[in-house]
Amino acid sequence: MTNYLEFEKPLAEIEGKAEELRAMARANPEMDIEKEASALDRKAKDMLSSLYGDLSAWRKCQVARHPDRPHCIDYIDALFTQYTPLAGDRNFADDHSVMGGLARFRGKPVMVIGHEKGNDTKSRIERNFGMARPEGYRKAIRLMELADKFGLPVITLVDTPGAYPGKGAEERGQSEAIARSTEKCLKVKVPLVSVIIGEGGSGGAVAFATANRVAMLEHSIYSVISPEGCASILWKDAEKMREAAEALRLTAQDLKELGVCDVVVKEPLGGAHRDSKTAIKAVGDAIAAMLKEMDGQRGRDIRDDRRRKYLELGSKGLAA
Amino acid sequence: MNWITNYVRPTINSLFSRREVPENLWTKCEECGTMLFHRELAENLNVCGNCGHHMVITPRARFTALFDNGTFTEVKVPEPIADPLQFRDQKKYSERMKGAQKSTGEREAMLVAKGEIGQTPIVAAAQDFSFMAGSMGMYVGNAIIAAAEEAVKTKRPLVLFSAAGGARMQEGILSLMQMPRTTVAVEMLKDAGLPYIVVLTHPTTGGVTASYAMLGDVQIAEPNALICFAGPRVIEQTIREKLPEGFQRAEYLLDHGMLDRVTPRTQMRDELITIIRMLMNKEPLAVAVAAPAKPEGEAKAEAQQEAPKK
Ligand SMILES: [Zn+2]
Repeated sequence: MTNYLEFEKPLAEIEGKAEELRAMARANPEMDIEKEASALDRKAKDMLSSLYGDLSAWRKCQVARHPDRPHCIDYIDALFTQYTPLAGDRNFADDHSVMGGLARFRGKPVMVIGHEKGNDTKSRIERNFGMARPEGYRKAIRLMELADKFGLPVITLVDTPGAYPGKGAEERGQSEAIARSTEKCLKVKVPLVSVIIGEGGSGGAVAFATANRVAMLEHSIYSVISPEGCASILWKDAEKMREAAEALRLTAQDLKELGVCDVVVKEPLGGAHRDSKTAIKAVGDAIAAMLKEMDGQRGRDIRDDRRRKYLELGSKGLAA
Repeated sequence: MNWITNYVRPTINSLFSRREVPENLWTKCEECGTMLFHRELAENLNVCGNCGHHMVITPRARFTALFDNGTFTEVKVPEPIADPLQFRDQKKYSERMKGAQKSTGEREAMLVAKGEIGQTPIVAAAQDFSFMAGSMGMYVGNAIIAAAEEAVKTKRPLVLFSAAGGARMQEGILSLMQMPRTTVAVEMLKDAGLPYIVVLTHPTTGGVTASYAMLGDVQIAEPNALICFAGPRVIEQTIREKLPEGFQRAEYLLDHGMLDRVTPRTQMRDELITIIRMLMNKEPLAVAVAAPAKPEGEAKAEAQQEAPKK
């Protein structure tokens, strides 16, 4: 079953009709519907390319949050071998919204860390919808330290609505945990590459995505605040999220122009959720290319380059 | 059309401002309701003399009270590109900026200065909550980097007074990028072995708390300051959790192990001098020589007097 987004409704109608025709034909083998059905298929495909060829910022937010979009767990399954999860922050708990551990990427040992949102009610609750608590950042810090000690590159997969606005998370110092995680990202002397695969929500994303190279999937977003949150603060009306999404410049394309994102990874037609396999493969190739750029570089230089990149960031705005 | 509000009022206002009649001679303490005379309030660093409530203080007033004889030199902050996203909500960002500059008389939401406190050279940076809620954008990032670079260059500790509602949304992702940028600045200090002391003032929230404001070697807060990542209203609205008394206030954080100290503003200067001189391995001050200047240019020749008492 396909989960259609609101703006995909006309598409749902056409695809539904084609499906309906084929179902009728299955029941009545004498019916010849193929011509009509393929015409509908073509129409659907055209509509898909026109819809996705020019997504507004708000539509991109919806695609980035699509429930069928491949999540961290899917990327780890497909792109890594011998994934060996390492749990816990050695302090309070193991945060299930953050996955991480040793693994091999194209044969070479690495540390992989990412946010996992879950894909059904049960796993979403278990994963806290991808919103890390302090323990998640502290686990990541620990894993980055381990990678640094043994010279393993760190790969982070970012997909979070943001930090968790809860009492316990605040009491256990989530600001400090995020700050320390960002600090650790800036300290390690191994290559650190990050891919925003869905939502890059605020500080929760920065804590993992402060990297030598940052790639973003074509329809992923990365923002200081959710469009809804921004709308309710600046417009005093949460329903103004479309305007807020435009104004915030949170799309991969805008962020590339601003120098925050280094690589935009093309998604299959109709978004990553329509063809996970192709999307995941493209992300794998992007990771490999980013890591290759740092091949043979000294650890100190890799770290200094990362720091310099952030110091220099923002010296240019968007072209008018 | 209301002729009176649109025409008459601006004229009256401009008359008043020309004659420099102080707008309010009295301030009502929002905690205990005591009416406080503006001179006494300023002398007490905007702390209510009755209940100890800490009110907002501008970076300039703070620095005047902090540095020996009220003397400090501003550290130049590189100007970032203005309105990088050409942001507009109900109002243009550029107009909001102009409004904030006019009402505060400041360029932006952070002031950086160098000088001496108790004969101890330091660099200090203070965030201005009255300037667009002290929000962190490119300029604030540049200010912290400039402060760290100056501290490293002159081998001084950096004392940072934070106050912010969070990131400057109108600069979008570039405001978020100030989290890693300012963290690089903190790393410069740490690599140089220089103390970095954070004084968290009311309120310090959002991305500011989750970056440079939580990375100090010593973390001090002013009493009752709200310090958090997600604010109490956000938590109550999204999670519907009941929040305990004093939640996310300085004393609560101290109890939960998130701060080193909670110190009243009036004792902050002495405490900073004591801590910094120990961290810098300097002798204690035998006699506290230079007292801070009185605000509003009332500083007299007090150079040989004892440091202010509690
Ligand atoms: Zn009072």
